[in-house]
Amino acid sequence: MISRIEQDHSRFREIIRGKIRQNLRKYISRGDMVAPKGQGTVAIPMPQINIPRFVHGDNSGQGVGQGDGEPGDPVGGSGKDGQGGAGKAGEQEGGKALEVEVTLEELAQIMGEELGLPNIQPKGTHSLETRKDRYVGLRNTGPESLRNFKATYKRALRRQVAMGSYDPARPVIVPIREDRRYRSWRTDPRPQTNAVIIYMMDVSGSMGDEQKEIVRIESFWIDTWLRSQYKGLESRYIIHDATARVVERDVFFRTRESGGTMISSAYKLCAELIDAEFSPEQWNIYAFHFSDGDNWSVDDTATCIQLVKHQLLPKCNQFGYGQVESPYGSGQFIKDLRSAFAKNIALVTSEIKSKDDIMDSIREFLKGGR
Amino acid sequence: MSKSLYSPSSQLPPALRDLQEEIKSYADEFGLDTFPVVFETIDYRHMCEIAAYGGFPVRYPHWRFGMEYDHMLKSHTYGLSKIYELVINTNPCYAYLLEGNSFVDQKLVMAHVYGHCDFFKNNYFFSHTDRRMIDGMANNASRVRRYMDRQGVSNVETFVDTCLSVDNLIDPWLPFRRKESRRAAEPAAPEAAATGEANGPEPGRLHNTRSYLEGYINPPELLAAQKAKKKQADEAQKRKNPPHPERDVLGFLMQYAPLEAWEADVLGIIREEAYYFLPQMQTKIMNEGWATYWHSRIMTTRALRDDELIDYADAASGVTAMGPGQLNPYKLGVELYRHIEDRWNTGRFGKEYDECTSLSQRAAWDKKLGLGRQKLYEVRRMHNDVTFLDEFFTEDFCREQKFFTYKENRRTGRLEIEGREFSKIKQQILQQLSNFGQPFIYVVDANYLNRSELLLGHRHEGVDLKMDYARDTLRNVERIWRRPVSILTVLDDKPKRIRFDGAEISMSDEPAAFRV
Repeated sequence: MISRIEQDHSRFREIIRGKIRQNLRKYISRGDMVAPKGQGTVAIPMPQINIPRFVHGDNSGQGVGQGDGEPGDPVGGSGKDGQGGAGKAGEQEGGKALEVEVTLEELAQIMGEELGLPNIQPKGTHSLETRKDRYVGLRNTGPESLRNFKATYKRALRRQVAMGSYDPARPVIVPIREDRRYRSWRTDPRPQTNAVIIYMMDVSGSMGDEQKEIVRIESFWIDTWLRSQYKGLESRYIIHDATARVVERDVFFRTRESGGTMISSAYKLCAELIDAEFSPEQWNIYAFHFSDGDNWSVDDTATCIQLVKHQLLPKCNQFGYGQVESPYGSGQFIKDLRSAFAKNIALVTSEIKSKDDIMDSIREFLKGGR
Repeated sequence: MSKSLYSPSSQLPPALRDLQEEIKSYADEFGLDTFPVVFETIDYRHMCEIAAYGGFPVRYPHWRFGMEYDHMLKSHTYGLSKIYELVINTNPCYAYLLEGNSFVDQKLVMAHVYGHCDFFKNNYFFSHTDRRMIDGMANNASRVRRYMDRQGVSNVETFVDTCLSVDNLIDPWLPFRRKESRRAAEPAAPEAAATGEANGPEPGRLHNTRSYLEGYINPPELLAAQKAKKKQADEAQKRKNPPHPERDVLGFLMQYAPLEAWEADVLGIIREEAYYFLPQMQTKIMNEGWATYWHSRIMTTRALRDDELIDYADAASGVTAMGPGQLNPYKLGVELYRHIEDRWNTGRFGKEYDECTSLSQRAAWDKKLGLGRQKLYEVRRMHNDVTFLDEFFTEDFCREQKFFTYKENRRTGRLEIEGREFSKIKQQILQQLSNFGQPFIYVVDANYLNRSELLLGHRHEGVDLKMDYARDTLRNVERIWRRPVSILTVLDDKPKRIRFDGAEISMSDEPAAFRV
């Protein structure tokens, strides 16, 4: 049986999750609020979940201490955190729930629930994840078909003995509602297949810091979601202006180059990367490209469309194009893509005008469940 | 797990069992009077679980316990804090030892536990607590569980949240008023009023020794008017509920709020448990000080072996460590007990000593009375934190222990030492302790404005209420009372009334602050 405190603990986690859900848009659009914290967890600032009581307000910075010192000497530490008073020590709940830690997996789950994202459908015959239900214990409620007769009758026997209505000479045991025990189960997920995300970003002169921030936030959430769907998710980063290259994650978000924009260079590199490292039979491949939609020439755009059509789309589960609005870009590229691939559901486009649009954009990208 | 808790034979490893025997013999030798103590060794997860449940193996389901558990488990994992020992006020007294603690730590903890247990058994403020509270808590838990099965988990949980919002609004002296007198007080009141009318002085009559002036000093029509007025006031008072401001807000709500049967029961459970934990809050300093005094006495004079000295000193200094600008109840308590013991051993008390002005004489004062131990037992029987500090926090002690008051420097924003004036220090400490640092809240009127609104009163003692909390609490009280709720308080030296009518909070000025 699950221990009692585990039940209370999971209830507490549920409440936290509810709070995170309520404020998800805020957390998503403000990337700085979610701070990575070691192995696979993030810290999220949390409105307090204290039980309100009639309590004294700020005691205007007064108190009693003990030790050496002359009047005017500073007292170490802060007496304001509620632990200062002798009468309060230990009983005060303090401000401890100000920041909560959740695992990325949990965060992704919350996001999935809030955005209504479907779980990703298996590609081809590969199953992405197998689930197995195991019966692990007993509980007080459940469907009648799972009633555990032995436990129920034991319970009833115990009750009758306690009530004194048990007669050993005529051992009739009648379980009542409270005696019933049901088998309870747990679902163990077992993810199996591997996946890779290839991020491409335009770092030409027209992409400013704000645009990059949007890309950073968006890629964090996409990463988080896909990671929850696949075990062992790989990421690759490609930046391009007129030429493209594969870079480290840090470089990806920091680099700012000047110069022209040849989107085809990135797509070409992406196709090569897939051919070299990630064979589509074994990998679920996701490509995301972010740009301000300002390509060098119409010819290059035509090359891009050809590349996407023949090289990328056949190999990728999904190709996402996110266009970040910038004061310099013409924003033409998204229109070209849309007109060329109007009916292809593997290609998803999304316009991101400001940070507030990030959440909708993520939904746009991931709602296909591919 | 819980099975072993109820079994009378403890499952301690033999080494610890021998140790318990040993410590018990020392405790007996010193005259500590305890319940039987059952020790259990548990791992730190289980320790955190039990600590989250306030020392009990079973409590009703509530997320707040999960939050406590989460917090304790984390601070334990990160090495921020460690729960050495847990002991609960029951008979027999259950105490938990942390598995994997060193032998000398366990020794210290056992000695400490015997101190607590003696305190639980003998301190007057614990005399009304239910010593079979393990069963009580478990029964409460199964009742709440049953309500959850019937009413739905979230319904019950929300209601528990609401009730917890007011669980500090109880009357600390209620358990000590005799039941008969409590019941007698109510019907007796109108009687007294009736007899008062017949025998007492007439209302409004002025004292007059010269009979010929009677008509001028006490004109009959004025007296009649006064009498009518008083009668009216008496009538109003008689109809008023509660007749006098009532501190047991929880009890009042339980009795008069329009609650369903299960809600009233849940509220009663919360109230019962609040009253159970109350003495522990009233005697924090005394209780911890007493246990610390005894573990130090038993360890240093009896139980400690030579090779354990350093480890013991390390652990003991950790217990009594003072954070800057903080009062450690363990430290304050133990020092005060030692001070008392010393005073009564040497006879530094009473008129003669108090009036002696010669410093050298006072310093050398020793009447060799040897009453220290006796006095300590008396103190631990009779006092709570407030009276303990009020009675024994002397100027000598204050100076020896280097107390000071601190204050925030408005300019720099940091806390600075303000001074070492005895009266100020004492006043500040007592203020922090009175009502365990909680505001005094009363039910004033259950039929406020003749609209069955509930009126609460906050007895302002110099510190305002925390407003955002007060508003949310008011909302919760409204949820229980189901009619608009107001509270009289003082904000920035101005009397105010805050009202919640089910939809919005409003605030209005009041002619006078609430007084009892």
